[in-house]
Formats: sequence, C-alpha cells, structure tokens
Amino acid sequence: MQNRYPLWKNLLLIILFVIGLVYAAPNLFPTDPAVQVSIRTAEKITDQAVQTVQNILHKEKLKYIAIEREKGSLLIRFTNTDEQLKARDDISSALGEQYTVALNLAPRTPRCLEALGAEPLKLGLDLRGGVYFLLAVDVDALIEAHEQGDMHAMGDALRAAYIRYSGITRQRPNGIMIHFHDQDTLNKAYSELSDRFHDYQLLKITTDNQYSIKAVMSSSALTRITNYAIDQAMHILNNRVNALGVSEAVIQRQGRDHISVELPGIQDTARAKSILGKVATLRFQMVDIEHDLQSAVAGDVPIGTKLYMFENRPYLLKDKVILRGDSVTFATASFDQSGRPSVNVRLGGGSENVSEFNRATGDNVGKPMAVVYVETKSQQKKIDTKTITVHHKKEKIISVATIQSALGNNFEITGLESVKYAQDLALLLRSGALLAPIDIVQERTIGPSLGAANIHTGLISVIVGFLAVVLFMAFYYHLFGLCADMALFLNLIFIVAIFSALGVTLTLPGIAAMVLTVGMAVDANVLIYERIREELRNGISPQASIHIGYERAFITIVDSNVTTLIVALVLFSLGSGPVKGFAVTLIVGLLTSMFTSIVYTRGVVNWIYGGRSVKKLSIGI
Amino acid sequence: MEFFKTRTKIDFMRQRKWAAVFSITLFVFSIGSLVINGLNLGLDFTGGTQIQVHYIKPVDLSQIRNQLDKADFQGPVVQSYGTSRDVMIKLKPLKNVTQQEITDRVSKALPEAKLEQLEYIGPQVGKTLVTNGILAVIVSLLATMAYIALRFEYRFAVSSALALIHDPVLILGIFSLFHLEFNLITLAALLTMLGYSLNDTVVVYDRVRENFRKVRKGTSVEIMNLSVNQTLSRTIMTSGLTLLVVIALFIFGGEMLRGFSLALIIGIVIGTYSSIYIAGSLAILMGLEKKHLLPAEKKYIEDRP
Repeated sequence: MQNRYPLWKNLLLIILFVIGLVYAAPNLFPTDPAVQVSIRTAEKITDQAVQTVQNILHKEKLKYIAIEREKGSLLIRFTNTDEQLKARDDISSALGEQYTVALNLAPRTPRCLEALGAEPLKLGLDLRGGVYFLLAVDVDALIEAHEQGDMHAMGDALRAAYIRYSGITRQRPNGIMIHFHDQDTLNKAYSELSDRFHDYQLLKITTDNQYSIKAVMSSSALTRITNYAIDQAMHILNNRVNALGVSEAVIQRQGRDHISVELPGIQDTARAKSILGKVATLRFQMVDIEHDLQSAVAGDVPIGTKLYMFENRPYLLKDKVILRGDSVTFATASFDQSGRPSVNVRLGGGSENVSEFNRATGDNVGKPMAVVYVETKSQQKKIDTKTITVHHKKEKIISVATIQSALGNNFEITGLESVKYAQDLALLLRSGALLAPIDIVQERTIGPSLGAANIHTGLISVIVGFLAVVLFMAFYYHLFGLCADMALFLNLIFIVAIFSALGVTLTLPGIAAMVLTVGMAVDANVLIYERIREELRNGISPQASIHIGYERAFITIVDSNVTTLIVALVLFSLGSGPVKGFAVTLIVGLLTSMFTSIVYTRGVVNWIYGGRSVKKLSIGI
Repeated sequence: MEFFKTRTKIDFMRQRKWAAVFSITLFVFSIGSLVINGLNLGLDFTGGTQIQVHYIKPVDLSQIRNQLDKADFQGPVVQSYGTSRDVMIKLKPLKNVTQQEITDRVSKALPEAKLEQLEYIGPQVGKTLVTNGILAVIVSLLATMAYIALRFEYRFAVSSALALIHDPVLILGIFSLFHLEFNLITLAALLTMLGYSLNDTVVVYDRVRENFRKVRKGTSVEIMNLSVNQTLSRTIMTSGLTLLVVIALFIFGGEMLRGFSLALIIGIVIGTYSSIYIAGSLAILMGLEKKHLLPAEKKYIEDRP
C-alpha cells in the first residue's frame, strides 16, 4: 500500500487550486460608489461631455477618485455615497436627456484579474437593497384581440369569395364559430379558410341541419403570440428601465407569462412604477394636402391640423386619428412582392376601429397617411433644491406612405428604402402597438441598510459556523482533522470562485446554503475517517486503513449525496426567487465539497503519509 | 479524542417497539395540531403585503396596531422583528386598492417609521407557490425513492420513504403547534431536510448491504443492529457538526433566516432519530432478508456434452 498520487494528479490539484484562488480573489477588493454615464444613441461619449462632467464636479466641489472611460460609457468613482448621489443629480441635469446617468457600485478589481474575466460576486437584492417586481403579462387578452381581428378577417375573406354564411361568433374561452346554411357552402368555406388561415385548426361540425366550422388557434400560433407578447413587453421594459437610470437591472422571463424586474439601488418605488407603466402609442393620421404648407411653416397653422417634421421635411397632419396603436397586434419587417423591404402590419382588437379605418382609407386612396409615434417620457429636473420628475409627451412621425387601397386587417407599408429601415419601423410600430396588459403581481423593496445588515449577519454566521466546525475537527481528528479543515476552506474558495466566474447571484438564502454545505461537507470526511479508525481498530495496518477507508467510504458518500442533490435539483426547477438561489448554492456546494473532501484531503494525506512505513496515524485514536 | 471508544452495542432493534410508539404518537399529535391549529402560512402563500419598518426609538406594538386600525386596515398583524425598534407589519390582501395606495396609507398612518422592506404578493402568485411547493415535495419523494430502489432494494426505498414522510410531518407539527410562520424559505429548509435525513439513512443502508454480504452468521435483526451501531459514531458526528453550523445560523443569521434555521435544527434532530430508529426497523418489518441483498448469482450454462 503506497498511497501516493501520480505527479499529474498532484499538479492538477495545484492548478485547480490556483484557478479557484484567481476567480475568488476579486471579492477581496472593495467597491466604490460610482456614477455611470452612458449615451442613449449608442454613440461614443464625446470629449466635450467628459469636459462638461469634469467642470460640474469641479464647480460643485465634489471629490472624485477617478473618471474612467469604458466602452461607450463613463464611470466616475467617489469616496462616499452622499457625493455620489449629489453628483448623479448634478450631472443628470447638466448633460440633458440623451444621456443616462445611473448609480453604480464599481468594483476595484485589478486590471490583471479583469483581463482573466474574474469579477466579484453579484449580490442579490436582499443583500444590496433595491426593488423587485414580478409582472404578469396578460397574454390571454392579447390572444382574444388576435381572434377578434381574425374573426373579422374570416368574414371578409368569405364575403370576398362570395361564400354566404349565416353567422360568425367568438366562443368563450376561445375559438371562432361560423355557421352555414348547407353542407356545400360549408365545404367551400372550409377550403377557402384553410388556404388562408394557417394559424387555425378548422373543424367541420354538422349536426341535424346545423352546418358550422369551428376555428381554433393552433398551439404553435398560441406559443408564437405568447412569445411575441413577452418579447415585446421585455423590450419595452428594457427601454423604460434604461430611462430609469439603473445600471445592472435584471429583466428576465419567468415561466410562460411572467417577467421579473430587479432594480438594484432603487428606493423610490412610486417613480419606478410610474415609469414602468408608461405607454408609447401610435396614431394613424391623414396628411393634410389641401392647405398651404408654406404658410403653415411660416406660422399660420390651420385649425384642425398640426405641423410635424419628418426626415427634414415639414408635414401638416389632420388632427383626426383614424386608427390608434392599440388596434395593431403585429408588426414585422418583410419584403413586398417586388422584393423591396416592407413592414407587415396586422390589426385586431376593437372591430369597429378596424372597419372605421377600412372606410377612411377607402375614401382616401391615393393620398398620404402618416404614422405618429407618441411617447411619454419622464425626466428628473432640478428646481431650486428639489428634484422632481417631469413627464412630457413626445410626438414624432415615423412613416408617411400613400394609401394604395382600402386597408383591412392585414396591410403592408411597402417601398421602404432599406431592410434596416423596415426593421426599425417595425420595432417602433411594435412598441406603440397593443401591449398585452401587464400587472404587478409581486413586489419587494429592500432598504440599503437592511441589505448591508443581511450581508453582515450572513457573514457572521458563516464565520462562526465555519470556525466551530474547524476547531472541532482539528480537536477530534488531529492531523486528519486539519486536512478536512483545509478541504472546507478550499470548498468555500471554490464555491465563491464558481459563483463569481459564472455570474451567479448570491442571496441571503444562498449564504444559508453555504453555511449548510460547510456542515454537510465535513460529512464526507467524517465518513472516511470513521472508517479508517474502524479498520485500525480491527488491527489493519495504517497504510491499508487509509486505502480501505477512502475506497469504501467513496460509494457511501456518493450514494448519500446524490439523494440531497436530487432534492436540490427539484427545488431548483420548481422553486422561484429565493428558493432558487438556495438550491443553486446547495448544488454547487455539494459538488465542490465532494471533490475537495475526497480528492484534496487524499492528496494531502498521501503527501504526509504516502510512500513510507507508518506506525501510527494522527487521527485521534 | 473518541466519543465512542469501543464498539457500541446498543440493541436498537429491541427498542424499536418503543420507537414505534413514540413516533406514532408524535405523528398523530402533529397531524392533530395541523388539523386544529393549521399552519401559520407566510405571505408567500397567502398573498398580501408585508412591511418592515424601523423606528429610532423603541416602540409600543399595540400603539402601532391602533394607528393602523384607525387608518382602516383590517386585522393587521404587528410583530416586533428582532429588536424593539424593528417592526414587521402584515396586511391582508385588499381588493381594488393598488399597492402604492397601501404603502402611502401606511406611511401616513405611521409617520415616524422608516420603511426598510416591503413585500407584496398577489393572491394568484401565492396559489402557484402552494401548488409548486406541494409538487416539489411529491417529486422529491418519488425521485429519491426511485434512486434508492435502483441502488439498493425496493424494501429500503419504501421504508426510507416512510421514514422520510415522518420527518417533515413532525417539523410541520411543531411549526403549527407554536404558530411559527411557514414560508417559502421554510419550505426549502423542509425539502433540504428530506435530502439530509435520507443522507443518514443511506449511510446506514449502505452498511447493512455490506454486512449482509460479509457477515455470514446472524439474523437480519442482528445485522441491522450491528450496522446501526457501526455507523452510529459517524451519524452522531455529522449530525452534531451540521447542527452546530445551523445553530450558528439560528443565532447569528438574523431574523430573515430564523424560521429557516429552526426548521433545519428540528429537521436534523428528527432526521437523525428516524435514520437510527425508524428506517432500519421498517426495512426489517417489511421482511428484508439476507438473500435480497446478495449480488445476483452468475449462472453458468453447461453447454458441454
């Protein structure tokens, strides 16, 4: 029994240890309160802007540690949060609205570690303070609007094909019912509809003298609409969160129709909510071509019209809105028949609005129609010493096109100059389009002092628990106990390293799980050592005892940990929020602890006892 | 240092009748308490608003209750939270009132309080969480049972599952008896205890399997006894160490983790007891014998003429 590891194994252990150290290291460095300035239009920050920031800081006598230029943003580090807050307000009001000015905690990670991608742990909201929202997207309302629109489209299609139907109704909770007088028309209608409405599954229903078709939306169409609605909502939320000036906001889809929004550092929930709830809308308006444009530009705008600028040209629009954004259910970039970029628009929702739109466009064939994008923006302004939030409406034309024919549920804006242009237009149309209603179903606000207190108590309990176990192990198992202690310490380093490297967020339950894994991690070593002691008592030689102890205990350790792992995986897949954080830590901790307490302790034990004759083991007996 | 200097020879199997009586009594009491008292479900499951406020000076809870009553909140639960200056207020879900209005009304009713934490959970979310929680318990039980049946034997799987159900029911019983709040994190602790208690049980079973193959003489009861005794020092050691750590969490982990660590403390104690006394006895009761654990005999087919 030699109990020696081959060289490569020892080297591997050392290399892994070094990697663990490197990725855990960034957590040793403190963070600076900082202000992050970024530009909304994705351009580079100009030298002029940097100069402006410096001037303000100088004028207001705000001490800063450094101004750093990063990719497309500017980071100003401060010594304390009071100056950080004041600087945020000052910079924000001086730079104007095309800049986003956000509070940030900038880690002081050394460049060499940053180059390796090593970053400090991300802290959850419960540890740093902030606001958490869980939003439910009412997808069903959107699907209803879709069906409503399609029902009218089906009626139109049948009428256009001269197929007579006796009635068309929407069914609760979903489905469209179309009734006919005889089997023949039903068959004709069936082939007509199945050619044109691929999103629906059609069912022929004939019961004594009742001939009808039931159209039910296919599951793939339902999934598509759901995903579209969630994507749209997330896109819009992203834009609004940017307007809120929060760095490191996390917006995630949760399950089928929920979205979670985490806003670290935000305390003013009322403001956060008002901004998250702001809606952009669209208006379809006719361009006024009767009045003289020149005199309007000169200042004489006729009553019932309004002057807009679009692509550096003035346009006079009639005030009457022929369609609003909430009737638009879908907008995607595509290509028209001649292969040029276009935007495909689908209407749904209130049927009267659509028929109205159909009539209005029918009356105005050959005339230009404009789409106006209306956005309510909120901005923080400083009046005297108070900072207030001001909402103002911004209206702009995003498209002017000539009406070719009376427009129905489905129409195209064609002849666009580029694919990019079409995509941008579709995006704007979408963000002003009907949004599935969003409700806040869960909300959590954690004050920053509470966050700090949570970190404090969490750390203390880790340290106390850790020390208690370490002391006990050393006391009870002597040298072998110290090996186990080393493994425990390594285990903590590995957990922190893995979390930092993978960007897993650490939460308070996560810390609890870490404490728990400290307790569970020694289990493997206790199992091994008790086994070694047993073998020694049975009169087996020390070297052989070490060998048998590790060998036999291994299976037991795996078996017993797999059960805990199964439970942790179930928790991870079914749990939400805090429970997920707990489960992730438990899973990572279990895996690393198995590794450190079996492989690393064996390595050290081999190094101490291996390859020589040993009479006695320092294992506490 | 050794706690168990010589091989312990405690006749656990002889005490199994008493253990059974003890367990069944506790089990019945727990169920009874759950039926009569119910569980003090946390905000996660019921929905509603929970507000944690901080005062500069120590405050009188009944005064806060009065202030909230005057502001037209029905049956607010007001508790001190850790210190005499930190207060936790729980409000029932109100219809047709937005969250913002509730917050405003509370801060108006309690002008001196500083808002530390606010949590609002819609009733629908609570329902989903309850369903997911129950689902998690069932899936965990089935999955671990399947694993044990796969690695050991179905008798072990069934008896470990029975021992396993026994543990969380007792924890729930204690939580209901003392009206401790049961929330999402406590549920996580409960499920973790499922895994942990099973961990102990598996170590015992593992030894039973080994001994059934190794020890030639002896009845099933004797071998079970031997196995429990052999693993006893390990079981006590690890449970003790984990308990140590969890107690540290209970004392220093702050108010947010108190219910969680309490569930773990109770769970570790009960889990250790059930691994020693219940899981093994149940397997014997189910008729576990030596032949069930011997490796499948290889059959050589005589194909020579």
